[in-house]
Amino acid sequence: MLLIPCPWCGLRAESEFSSGGEANISRPYVNNDLSDNDWADYLFYRKNPKGWHQEQWHHVKGCRRWFNVERHTVTHEIRKSWPMNSSSDSND
Amino acid sequence: MRNKIRRLEQIDRVDRDKPIKFYFNNRAYSAFEGDTLASALLANGVKLVSRSFKFHRPRGIFGSWYEEPNALVQTGLRSDSTPNQRATTVELFDGLRAKSVNVWPNLHFDILSINDKISSIFPAGFYYKTFMWPHFLWPIYEYLIRHSAGLGRVPEAPDQSSYEKQNIHCDILVIGGGVSGLAAALSAAKSGARTIIVDDRAELGGPKFDNKAHISGQSIKSFTSHVEHILNKNPDCEIFTRTSAFMHGDHNFIVLNQKVSDHIHPELRGNLPRERLLKVRAGQVIYATGALERSLVFENNDRPGTMLCSAVSEYINNFGICPGKRVVISGNNDTIYILARDLLNAGAEIVAISDARKRELAVTASEFNKDLPVYFEQAPIKTHGRQCVRAVTFGRVSSDGFISALDKNKKFECDLLCLSGGFDPNLSLFCQSGGDAVFNNESSLIYPNNSPKNVHLVGSSSGIFCLRDAYNNGLKVGIRASELEGFSCSLKAELEECSDNNLGYFQPVWGLSSVHKRPKDFVDLHNDVIGDDIRLAVQEGYQSIEHFKRYTTTGMGPDQGKTGNINAMVLLAKHLGKKVSEIGLTRYRAPWVPVTFGAFAGRDLGILSEPIRKTSLHYWHEENGAIFEDVGQWKRPRYYPQAGESIDDAVVRECHGVRNELGIFDASTLGKIEISGPDSGKFLNRIYTNKFDNLSIGSCRYGLMLKEDGMIMDDGVTSRLDEHNWFMTTTTSNSSLVFNWLDEWLQCEWPSLKVFITSVTGQWSNITIAGPNSRKLLAEVSDINTENSHFPHLTWQAVNLFNIECRVFRISFTGELSYEINVPSQYAQFIWNRLIDIGKKFSITPFGTETLHVLRAEKGYIAVGHDTDGTVTPNDLGLVKMLKSDGDYIGRRSLYRSDTSREGRLQFIGLLLDERVPEGAPIVEIKGDYSSRIKTGYVSSSYYSPTLDSPLALGFLQDGLSRLGDSVQVAIPVQGRNVDAKIVSPVFYDPSGERLNG
Ligand SMILES: [Zn+2]
Repeated sequence: MLLIPCPWCGLRAESEFSSGGEANISRPYVNNDLSDNDWADYLFYRKNPKGWHQEQWHHVKGCRRWFNVERHTVTHEIRKSWPMNSSSDSND
Repeated sequence: MRNKIRRLEQIDRVDRDKPIKFYFNNRAYSAFEGDTLASALLANGVKLVSRSFKFHRPRGIFGSWYEEPNALVQTGLRSDSTPNQRATTVELFDGLRAKSVNVWPNLHFDILSINDKISSIFPAGFYYKTFMWPHFLWPIYEYLIRHSAGLGRVPEAPDQSSYEKQNIHCDILVIGGGVSGLAAALSAAKSGARTIIVDDRAELGGPKFDNKAHISGQSIKSFTSHVEHILNKNPDCEIFTRTSAFMHGDHNFIVLNQKVSDHIHPELRGNLPRERLLKVRAGQVIYATGALERSLVFENNDRPGTMLCSAVSEYINNFGICPGKRVVISGNNDTIYILARDLLNAGAEIVAISDARKRELAVTASEFNKDLPVYFEQAPIKTHGRQCVRAVTFGRVSSDGFISALDKNKKFECDLLCLSGGFDPNLSLFCQSGGDAVFNNESSLIYPNNSPKNVHLVGSSSGIFCLRDAYNNGLKVGIRASELEGFSCSLKAELEECSDNNLGYFQPVWGLSSVHKRPKDFVDLHNDVIGDDIRLAVQEGYQSIEHFKRYTTTGMGPDQGKTGNINAMVLLAKHLGKKVSEIGLTRYRAPWVPVTFGAFAGRDLGILSEPIRKTSLHYWHEENGAIFEDVGQWKRPRYYPQAGESIDDAVVRECHGVRNELGIFDASTLGKIEISGPDSGKFLNRIYTNKFDNLSIGSCRYGLMLKEDGMIMDDGVTSRLDEHNWFMTTTTSNSSLVFNWLDEWLQCEWPSLKVFITSVTGQWSNITIAGPNSRKLLAEVSDINTENSHFPHLTWQAVNLFNIECRVFRISFTGELSYEINVPSQYAQFIWNRLIDIGKKFSITPFGTETLHVLRAEKGYIAVGHDTDGTVTPNDLGLVKMLKSDGDYIGRRSLYRSDTSREGRLQFIGLLLDERVPEGAPIVEIKGDYSSRIKTGYVSSSYYSPTLDSPLALGFLQDGLSRLGDSVQVAIPVQGRNVDAKIVSPVFYDPSGERLNG
């Protein structure tokens, strides 16, 4: 069970959180030019890397804030977390 | 026949002043306090303890701790009964009762021991092969398998004892209380780090195999007692005994199972819990988990009287029991000579020793005694005897570790055969933490590799078998771990003087070199896997060790192959013609030792297992005879039967009441969300498929919510309270899902929107009055103008009812004129009572969810999650008019994907039929080239409609929207028949909406 650093609450147990998958996926602007492939890329395709992965977590049984985490998918090491809609560089 | 064994003098675990009595297979025996069930059975001369899993062969005690593969017992009676415990880990108390498992009718006469004689029909994978055909015999096979293959029995009554859970945080967690673990805890605790040391035995100090070993001039016992005393005095250190670490999760989350009172008679346990589940989060974890002794693989290596050398040492040195008089020792390392010395001291005769090593590689052993009858480069090839071992024959061990027959056989008569195939570090938990266990092809030993961050190994679990080195290693690692946690400590007192007890040179012994006619050479004693099963698995194409494990069942079950896995891996490599390192080990998974369900459940039982949500009106429903149904965590009244009424009777009465007069319904469980802020309209436009920002204040609108894949997620009515405040309702079961959904979009995607959401589900109770008389009732209890022109369908008004400010929404889920009265929950019961009282003159009928379902189905309204299942688009429902043409919304783009816009999708339809069919039943018809009927849809809702006086159904059918009027059939496969049905519009009742709008 991971120990996740919530930017607001500090280190808390994984059981307080829910995972939101890959971070930095922004919803495309939908117009007639948006192809099936581009939409599918947004809707279905994820990087699923072996290694460092930026992902979203929700402190659903805590402060209820969404935030970002950088986690290693093999060792599960978490090297940083930062609030939603801020840069990952600003908070180390 | 059974001779009691005289206890040796120098024993330290049992208290000879405290004799106790226990029962094994209903027979009374005596023992001493401190005995395990296994030591007590050995002391009483009981050799036959259990029957093996598959062949029902006689088995005795083989090990001394959790590695035991044979001696499974069930302890206790009735609710206190615990199945499948190893006799070696059961601590005796006065009056303990234990029984063998897997015996029928009893241990000495076991009917299924016939399996041993006909064992050729039980090769690897026999379940898959033997019982496949013919199919109709499966019930008979199943009965036989269930009767013969079970181990313990499920207790007859619920466990009355309590189980606890606890969260613990520490800087350093040391797992294993042997010499190296104690040393690690000593330096860690001295540094000031919060230290916890756990051991699964009753006391710290490790198994103490060697009673001549000494540290700093003291015996191991007095040395480890001394260290324990120091740790006990240190407030930074906590000691947990009888506690097994069984799982290592991410970020050093270790789960421990503490047996708090299992060693005490149930009547004397007082208020103690039986077990505790300790969930530890540790900065650093130090594993001092010791080593496991390998067994040797040869014919009939399972006869009672065959034991591991380490186990025999432990019974002699800790329990004062010498389990044999005439002993053969077979091994491949120096510990056999230490054991030989202990056996001689205990008065046993050493009949023969087989040492697999060459003479010149063995004689360096410090305990080597040239007077002993040692046979070098030999190992057992078979044992002789029936219910227990009577003699052993040796064979020659070649340098590659396989045993072949000697030219001249010699039988050594004995009553005890001690085996040592070498020692492997116990790396199960280490591997769970992310480390690797690697087989070295040169040394034939297992080594730890890739130690994860903040996880350490000490002592024999790291391959250090010398006591002095293990102790010093523990001290150093303890210091290093505390430094990593920011503590410092300079502990100088490294050990100088210590007895040397290395394992010496190691010569691997794997098994028989070549075999004919499937001898019983057990690789896995617990699962009755023999050497030939491995050959067979390879012959049948198994290559991966994980597949091999499951096919042959090697290493499965309670003991998890603790003494046999390495041998199996090497034999598999041999048959595959590969290097062992290429095959690898099976993945180590939790739990390392079996854990009871009670420990996992803890106190979360019965009504505490899941919260129950009750509406403010719950007790009125209860008093008025409601039958409840569970909807998520909610209790909702399903119907209110009157005297003598069945559910069908009640539903018919309630339906007529609503359609003809007036019904009252508790809809408080609906999700309610208040949406505030200047951008709320814009936000709702994106969330719902239809337009909301143009909704006027005082109006309500039905909205459809999609997931981004275009599938229906939820529906409900949202009303505009004022310029910036809106009130959303969701279905009961999706209320938190929708709230989290809105929150996620606001936080992650559209943080610039000025919108704030609040869940108010509990704040407002919803009392719905429905039916033609509902307007009359509302007019009677309020002073508002209830005329249709003043209060039309899909509007709401703030209404003062009996001096309480309520919100009345004219919304209908029944198809009748209907008002949803939202009341601050603390006044809900009061208002409900008044409405019931005053409603009597309008024939008011309380109705439940079952009636609501019938009424909404008559009207063709979907119930999200009942009719929809995450594969249904608005187009499939025929709700194209709900899709706005201007502006984006969640899920919109997905409605134009090739799959969502294709022909042949399942579409929402109504069915008229002559009888009620089961929900989920397939719709079948002749189609295309098929000569028999194929499934073209399914029924999603099915009721008897009192209004139509006919059964009706809702469902989904391929291209159903364009097929109104067609005939199909609904299949009821369990009855082997079909029911004719006609496809109709799903709106069975009042299609023009006159009643709703009137
Ligand atoms: Zn938080």
